[in-house]
Amino acid sequence: MTTPPPATPRLEVDGLEVAFGGLTALSGVDFAVHDGETVALIGPNGAGKTTVFNAVCGLVKPRKGAVRIGGRPAPARTTGLLAAGVARTLQGLGLFEHMTVLENVLVPLCRLPVDDPTARARARLDELDLLHLADRPAGTLPYPERKRVALARALVADPALLLLDEPAGGLGAADIDALAATVRRVADTGCAVLLVEHHVDFVMDVADRIVVLDFGQVIASGAPEAVQRDPAVEAAYLGLEAVGAATEQEGGTA
Amino acid sequence: MDRFVFLISAGLARGAVLALFALSLVIVWRAARVVNFAQAAMAVTAVYAAFAVTAATGSYWAGLLTGLAAGALLGAAVERGLMRRLPAHAPLPGIIVAIGLVMMLQAGLAIAFGPEHRPMHPPFSERPFLIGGVPVLSPYDLFTLIAAAAVMGALALLFGRTSLGLQLRAAAFAPETSRLLGVRVPRMVTLGWALAVATAALAAMLLVPTELGLNPHAVDLLFVNAFAVAVIGGLDSPIGALLAGVGVGLLVSLVTGYASASAAPLAVLALLTLVLLVRPGGVFSAKEARTA
Repeated sequence: MTTPPPATPRLEVDGLEVAFGGLTALSGVDFAVHDGETVALIGPNGAGKTTVFNAVCGLVKPRKGAVRIGGRPAPARTTGLLAAGVARTLQGLGLFEHMTVLENVLVPLCRLPVDDPTARARARLDELDLLHLADRPAGTLPYPERKRVALARALVADPALLLLDEPAGGLGAADIDALAATVRRVADTGCAVLLVEHHVDFVMDVADRIVVLDFGQVIASGAPEAVQRDPAVEAAYLGLEAVGAATEQEGGTA
Repeated sequence: MDRFVFLISAGLARGAVLALFALSLVIVWRAARVVNFAQAAMAVTAVYAAFAVTAATGSYWAGLLTGLAAGALLGAAVERGLMRRLPAHAPLPGIIVAIGLVMMLQAGLAIAFGPEHRPMHPPFSERPFLIGGVPVLSPYDLFTLIAAAAVMGALALLFGRTSLGLQLRAAAFAPETSRLLGVRVPRMVTLGWALAVATAALAAMLLVPTELGLNPHAVDLLFVNAFAVAVIGGLDSPIGALLAGVGVGLLVSLVTGYASASAAPLAVLALLTLVLLVRPGGVFSAKEARTA
């Protein structure tokens, strides 16, 4: 089992409620992510996973509740996120397609106090096996490489909290294994990782804990094997086959 | 042959001014996705500021700096005061507000300074150098070319080699993503407008001494030609603005020299029509659609 978490979580979501007009997208969502911990946020389409990310990033304003980062209220402005130690990847990647890979990874460093941004960016690219593509326009790369560029761009600022929106989506088995190794390495450095993901095997592989959302509410949370056995989760989301397959593969411990 | 050499060299200087003004349109387009139809009126307002300072101090250079600063301030003020308040993702309100601004600025200038042409003297002679008896560029043409090249080089360095330029480009292409990455997007848009209108003001200040003089409409034809240049080059392409500017400058010079001055705008419009028929995105436009 994982070691007991420290007192102040890196990310604390407390009674979060978000509404779009009359539609309540999230209600009473509570969970926390600690330093060095990887938490997966799962749930059917439309459950509110990306809305949680958007609320953490200040892109949507909660009607109730609070988001705290390192014990402090999340920055009111989205532009302050990176300086508060929060980096995020996007489902649509959001790369600057016309810029080179290196330029993409340099953008987050523009306003951070970093001695040699280019050296830092090149080091991150090297870690993700992208250095040989540094001068290529990002839009010309194949999808797996583009996903790695998005990841490098999130990691380059050395975030304390990393939000990954469907990092395994669209990747093949080998790329998913490499991604899992990267996520574990990042978490081992003490970074808190929160990820939204549909790929069950990947989630079981990397997550220390899983939070399950359905219709904007947390219906289960805990260690992966416990969540797998939760009947409410089965009913809402996983489907018996997926749960069975993942259980055999995992063999119990997280 | 002598005439041809002279027209080519005169066309280069004219082309540099056109390219500079077209570049200013490209900068606004890239920063804010707006074709700024008020660019000429804003530029000529800055030229009036330059004119007033030169008249008061006797220094062309003090006037030039004032004009650049006035252009930058006016660009920032129009973006903050007007353009930012318009609904996003709809092109029409920006165009209509820009046309309204043209009317206000030109009427205001006519009220304040009168509608007559006021002579502006170039800082260098306009008499061409003779090389082997053939008239080529004048010292003022040379100054125009050097000033335009210096500003274009400085802009290329700014956008291509600096952290600020990287943020300007990022904010222009994907504002939402840029925000997540810490880029202060509204500030970058304002800065884009300031840079663009200062560049347009420089082009106007280089042009006016070679024309009839300063008048609220002195830059109108430059705008029309530069707009054609920007569309021919591809609104997204600074290199396109540069090359199409020089090309159209040569075309105007040759048609003016061999046919008549009144035929030159028709030649430009004919070229524009041809480009729009063959390559509607502009000669140097990128093939793929933009993502933001």
